[in-house]
Amino acid sequence: MYWKKALAAAVFFMLGMLQMGCGSSLDHKSESLGREEEEAEHRIVVGFSQLGAESDWRSENTESMKSSFTEENGYTLIFEDGQQKQANQIRAIRMFIQQEVDYIVLAPVTETGWDTVLQEAKDAGIPVIIVDRKVDVSDDSLFTCWVGSDFELEGKKAAEWLNQYALAKGLASGDIHVVNIQGTKGSSAQIGRTKGLADAAAANGWDLMAEVIGDFTRAKGKEVMESLLKQYDNINVVYCENDNEAFGAIEAIEAAGRKAGPDIAGGEIMVISFDGVNEEAIRYILEGKIICIAECNPLHGPRVQAIIELLEEGGKPEKWQYVDEEIYSANETVKSLMIDGMEYKVTILTQKDRE
Amino acid sequence: MASSNKTSKTGGGLGGKMKNITDTNLLLTITIVVFFAMYIGAMVFQGKGFLKPQTFFNILNAQAALIITACGMSLVMITGSIDISVGGVVALVSMCCAVYLDFHNGNVFMAVLISLLIGLAFGVVQGFLVAYLDIQPFIVSLAGMFFARGMTTIVNTNPFNVQNEAFVALKETRVIVPGFGSVNKLGKYVNAYVEIGVIIAILVVILLFFVLRWTKLGRGFYAVGGNSQSALMLGINVKKTKFLAHLICGLLAGVGGFVYFMHVGSGSASHASGMEMNAIASSIIGGTMLTGGVGNIIGTFFGVLSLSTIQNIVSSAGLDDAWWTGITIAAMLCLFLVIQSVVMARKKRALSTKAE
Repeated sequence: MYWKKALAAAVFFMLGMLQMGCGSSLDHKSESLGREEEEAEHRIVVGFSQLGAESDWRSENTESMKSSFTEENGYTLIFEDGQQKQANQIRAIRMFIQQEVDYIVLAPVTETGWDTVLQEAKDAGIPVIIVDRKVDVSDDSLFTCWVGSDFELEGKKAAEWLNQYALAKGLASGDIHVVNIQGTKGSSAQIGRTKGLADAAAANGWDLMAEVIGDFTRAKGKEVMESLLKQYDNINVVYCENDNEAFGAIEAIEAAGRKAGPDIAGGEIMVISFDGVNEEAIRYILEGKIICIAECNPLHGPRVQAIIELLEEGGKPEKWQYVDEEIYSANETVKSLMIDGMEYKVTILTQKDRE
Repeated sequence: MASSNKTSKTGGGLGGKMKNITDTNLLLTITIVVFFAMYIGAMVFQGKGFLKPQTFFNILNAQAALIITACGMSLVMITGSIDISVGGVVALVSMCCAVYLDFHNGNVFMAVLISLLIGLAFGVVQGFLVAYLDIQPFIVSLAGMFFARGMTTIVNTNPFNVQNEAFVALKETRVIVPGFGSVNKLGKYVNAYVEIGVIIAILVVILLFFVLRWTKLGRGFYAVGGNSQSALMLGINVKKTKFLAHLICGLLAGVGGFVYFMHVGSGSASHASGMEMNAIASSIIGGTMLTGGVGNIIGTFFGVLSLSTIQNIVSSAGLDDAWWTGITIAAMLCLFLVIQSVVMARKKRALSTKAE
């Protein structure tokens, strides 16, 4: 049985060494990095609980936060990926509270179920900034403010662009046959954008033929469009609730021997889309395959940073903050939109923007 | 192999103790030492959060359900079997409870009963198939997992948070741990607390520890896992023992499901995804061997704590992305598997030299 004794001794010895090794490296570190650590004390610590990494948009959103809260800007960012689970996000927030971060930024995966943990943050004196999706809490004072997109406004912009275009080209409203390829059912983006189109179709008397779910993916967008083309032969406008769906739909249109473009009277099918976060989308716009994109701005970082700076100075930020979003097109027919008394300029993209 | 469940007797001096140390106890010691080394390391390096007792209690709060299901997992693993349906059962239990409480205006006691019944049903069916029909436990519980996940979606597709008042009150109930509070940023003293689930988890750990160590049934589990042929010759009802292990594991998955539900307060088909794998990992880190016959509930408890501590260390070290946790856990699992195989190889050699 001597081997056991030896083994146990060896293991303990190794663990001891490991700890000693760690200990000495700590001492070493603290000497050479003493100045840096001093600096670190003055940094503002921000804990960011992101809900996941499911789409291009989400990755851009995370990247924006990371590039805003850098050490050069005077921040320490603790980032936690919730992997689409509320339990993970709650665990992350509790960890932030124990670490006494200065601010918590939360991109919630669901709207409900945040009361308790946000109350804990409030009791600990840590301001919480909500981004992207909203939270449904009984007491609005549980969070400092919210930053995100107005999805219904995005929908309204896209629909109004279509309306202006039809008026300018002298198209009768009854001749506009629209299909809507929707996003993931129940997501706030889907709800807002669907409402924007449905309201406009009712107001302008367009023929809204179908609303089908495309799950925000290219593959589903293509599949859905293929079957829609078989079902209806008079489609002339496709309203896709994000770019990926639009890419898929255009593939289907071209595979069916049709052309994606603005010339409705000449038999082309017009594609309208949302997001506009990557180069591929811009290329499609310049080629005229997507006629216009209502931007969904993922760059929340600078906005949240501004809020934190305001709070540091003792200011009071506005409760609901919508990020600025544009509407892109390469077609110059429509120059600006009027929605609810507000004017929105259409950003005309040219070949130069591609570089 | 018979020595695997031999309890260590208090010998004279350290040498005597070392001589009598069993595989189970050796692996257990390693687990506990690693956990404390890690936690103390975190306190020294990262300070702040880890210096507060509440961080530790938060780990317990978040992992109470995993502790319970991992205990069941260790039990079946000790008998040389496996049950990968536990995560699915947890999801099914929380969805059923959520639907029952909110859509049918049910009461909490019935919800507890439903949880136990679901868990028991899974345990009985899988235990029967594994023990009496001699079907591979992996396949049986794989089917169980798919069934549970599928049923969860059939019960309700959309995730939702439960509003039932009695349940929310229960969920919010906090057991204050006196003497461990801390002063927060605002200078206010905050009591340390644990959730009810933690109390249940600790009770389960203690109960199973006693059963495994001091009852005939407990020794039976080790004997069956160590070598079912010799167990049979010793007059142990192998089939019944295996069946009971699965039954208890299923029941604990039900209990764990309710504790999980009490922690998250919502029903969702994606709940507890990967929980079975975490339970297996915790058991292995805790010194339970997949081959059976060796294992300890206290080790499993520390295994869960180790997993969760890694998670906390990784994220507060600023290694932001989730896969770092996975990589660290993988490294740790490898370490423990190597230690285990070394232990077993040495043991075999020792036995064969003895025989000569």
